Amino acid sequence: MEQTKYLVVGSSHAALEAVTAIRMHDTEGSLMLLTRDPHLPYSPTVLPYVVSGRSAPDAIFLRDEKFFARQKVQLKRGTALKALHVERNAAELADGSEIAYEKVLLATGASPAIPPIPGIDTVSYHVLRTLDDATKLNAAIKQSKQAVVLGAGLVGMHAAENLVKAGARVTIVEMAKQLTDGYFDTTAAGLIEKAFTDNGATILTGSRVVKLEPSAVGAKLTLENGTALEADLLLVATGVRPNMDFLAGSRVEQDKGILVGDSMQTSVANVWSAGDCAQARGFFTDAKVMNAILPDAAEQGRIAGMAMAGDPGLKAYPGGVPLNTYHFFGRHAISVGSSRVPEGGEVVTRFDEASGRYLKAIFKDGCLLGIYGVNEFFDGGVMCQLILRRVDLSAVKERFLANPLATGRELMSKLWR
Amino acid sequence: MGAYNTIAFDAEKCDGCGDCMTACATAKTGTTEISRSRIQIAGNAAEGFELALCRQCGDPKCVTVCPAGALGKDYASGVIDWDGGKCVDCLLCTVGCAYAGIALDAGTGHVAKCDMCDGAPACVPACPHGALKLVTTSRIYNEVGNWEDLFAPGLAGCQGCNTELLMRHTLRRVGPETVLATPPGCVPGMGSVGFNGTTGTKVPVFHPLLTNTAAMLAGIKRQYKRVGREVNALAIAGDGGASDVGFQSLSGAAERNEQILFMVVDNEGYMNTGMQRSSCTPYGAWTSTTPVGQGSGGMPSQGKTQDAKNLPLIMVNHRCEYVATASTAYMEDLYDKLDKAIQASKRGFAYLHVYSPCTTGWRFPTDQNMEVARKAVETNFVMLWEYNPRDGLQFTRPVDQPLPVTEYLKAMGRFRHLSPDQISHIQGKVVENLAFVKQMAQRQSA
Ligand SMILES: Cc1cc2nc3c(=O)[nH]c(=O)nc-3n(C[C@H](O)[C@H](O)[C@H](O)COP(=O)(O)OP(=O)(O)OC[C@H]3O[C@@H](n4cnc5c(N)ncnc54)[C@H](O)[C@@H]3O)c2cc1C
Repeated sequence: MEQTKYLVVGSSHAALEAVTAIRMHDTEGSLMLLTRDPHLPYSPTVLPYVVSGRSAPDAIFLRDEKFFARQKVQLKRGTALKALHVERNAAELADGSEIAYEKVLLATGASPAIPPIPGIDTVSYHVLRTLDDATKLNAAIKQSKQAVVLGAGLVGMHAAENLVKAGARVTIVEMAKQLTDGYFDTTAAGLIEKAFTDNGATILTGSRVVKLEPSAVGAKLTLENGTALEADLLLVATGVRPNMDFLAGSRVEQDKGILVGDSMQTSVANVWSAGDCAQARGFFTDAKVMNAILPDAAEQGRIAGMAMAGDPGLKAYPGGVPLNTYHFFGRHAISVGSSRVPEGGEVVTRFDEASGRYLKAIFKDGCLLGIYGVNEFFDGGVMCQLILRRVDLSAVKERFLANPLATGRELMSKLWR
Repeated sequence: MGAYNTIAFDAEKCDGCGDCMTACATAKTGTTEISRSRIQIAGNAAEGFELALCRQCGDPKCVTVCPAGALGKDYASGVIDWDGGKCVDCLLCTVGCAYAGIALDAGTGHVAKCDMCDGAPACVPACPHGALKLVTTSRIYNEVGNWEDLFAPGLAGCQGCNTELLMRHTLRRVGPETVLATPPGCVPGMGSVGFNGTTGTKVPVFHPLLTNTAAMLAGIKRQYKRVGREVNALAIAGDGGASDVGFQSLSGAAERNEQILFMVVDNEGYMNTGMQRSSCTPYGAWTSTTPVGQGSGGMPSQGKTQDAKNLPLIMVNHRCEYVATASTAYMEDLYDKLDKAIQASKRGFAYLHVYSPCTTGWRFPTDQNMEVARKAVETNFVMLWEYNPRDGLQFTRPVDQPLPVTEYLKAMGRFRHLSPDQISHIQGKVVENLAFVKQMAQRQSA
């Protein structure tokens, strides 16, 4: 049986950061990286640009073989973890072989969640999570004349924009009452919606597909209100579910994801988890939440790597803060922090219809909880620190709202220069 | 992998004029729109100005959150490079950076960040107030870091010894073609002259008497010359050995303009033998022979009652090829002077006087060496200057607004007992010494 000191499962942001952190402290301990993907490491976040053709599929890799050789990391691609046997510290692979580990990190991320719509298994549809998904979708988009995107989250919206730009008639179907629910508020979503409809897309929010069946064009969708839609390209982008099947029947505690503590350790010794598959403390709530975003995956991966290597520099995870950036039709939207207004909280908004500039900030007791901008650029990283450090902004609030960019930088220089 | 140059910002000197931003925007965008500059000055006159600029982090967050592999640290230059061909304009890097070091350039729709202008940042020379500086101290490390240390490892200096640091740097620079003379003191005491027939150096070393170091070294240099070999003749001596009993031979060698480099490590006393006073010990300092206590005959004892001898100024009066004072807190200055001294020693007598705080004898924590050395200069207790017969005496690091001398005195235990009278005596001496050296500087350059 193969043996390794560190076993890292996954090869994306959380896993790569963990590798860096481990090697920062332990340059020699044997380290193996498994991924079920056949390719070199890449980010799911870049895939919309592979779909659009902007990024060449062979120019998106985050590391090359030389990196792994230099770091003394054994990389096994196309190798899936099937089951984790925590009672004997062994990982069982898809081909039945086993690897004995001293410490394992589960950084297996997430996969598209497929909604249980009657008939969904009778039609062909696309999803977008892997490079192979993206190259397939890239080819399909060029042929498409009438496309339907299920789900108006960021993945769906990105793909819809690509389809619009490729010349297809596009309909976006979303169950929630607004687009990009959970990322942006109604005003921001309205701005995004307008950009899409101005460019010819149809948006059906508050709509649910109740039936799917094959048709001459490709697929026929029936909505709750009886409307029927035909699609030659169907993209399902209704959310994600964490990859943790390999824990079925194990003692590792799970809820919506793999439950972890503040150094990303699971409920079982020698097992850590980080990234989209992990469920960790939220910054705004002590309850454990899913915060499936890239910056958090990287942060959690780093913490897990430090913990596994026993790095004394380890600091406890402060809790996940939502962070999102979104580009649409030449405009950009940034959201940092909580979108919920707590009791006693204060919301300030500013909207300039002519320029389409929109800013919204949420405060509580003088501290920033969340800030959103459309076409209003501010330093998201600085805002995030203001939130994490719970900086009292009472004295500078007016200035801050008038110009979050300049005021944020000033505060940054004074507080954590 | 070496250390890197960085752009340093001195907020005190910035008046918010924005010239740096104009220079950057001009260099990088061909416009004068300061909002597009990659260096951003924030703040206001009332509360002071602040800087937002890429710090070229060693462990850059922007790189870790980039999904496109468009950002990467170049470990040769230290710069975090942005690859416009790979960037997908997702702005995640701006969310990753806590320092506003990478931001959206509205002019292009892409992010932009400081790239150090290939090593010659346009903003730095544009600052009319000297608030921006390209800090290049790392050059010393990059240059000498890989040179061979010509002292053996494991010398038995005190923990935090400044002298060990100084002598290792010095011999590295002077190089392997050297004969080293080191009279009784901390330098041989920590093992550089060796034990049981092996030496603590990787160059020939000898151990003259306190009294005859300069004479012996001069003779050895002459013999090498006679047989046609070019070597550097280097002495590393303590202040006691140079300013007290060794002074006669030192003065003689300087007067004869012998081709040697004489370095004095001035820790202001005989530290190696138990911290006795020397003629370089400053007024008021505690040593084991200038104790603090009841005294005798009703005269309390309050440290040294005489002022220190200014040996480097005496050496100037020998009209040596080169004379300079230096401090390990200012390494670039020290290296500069070392280079000049090495060159001068090929023509005649070169003298370097380096102030070297002593953690054991001066009574300060072992990690405070540089701080004590720096405070000495910042208060003008120690002045950094150099002299050669052609250009006269010049300050190399003038301190225009010196800190009160108490900032230096309170950094160590040997001055803890000082009375207000003693402190004002010392402050008076600092002023007097400065005026004296200034006069010399003027006279020489006139
Ligand atoms: C189209 C799209 C756009 C996105 N845009 C953004 C955005 O703009 N901003 C943002 O913050 N986030 C965005 N995200 C989310 C972001 O990509 C994820 O949060 C991030 O990639 C999570 O990283 P991770 O390392 O946790 O997991 P993942 O990136 O999901 O990687 C999981 C890794 O585990 C491997 N793996 C899974 N199961 C197994 C197994 N059983 N055995 C072996 N290996 C396995 C996979 O092959 C993969 O290498 C986007 C995601 C998508 C799909």
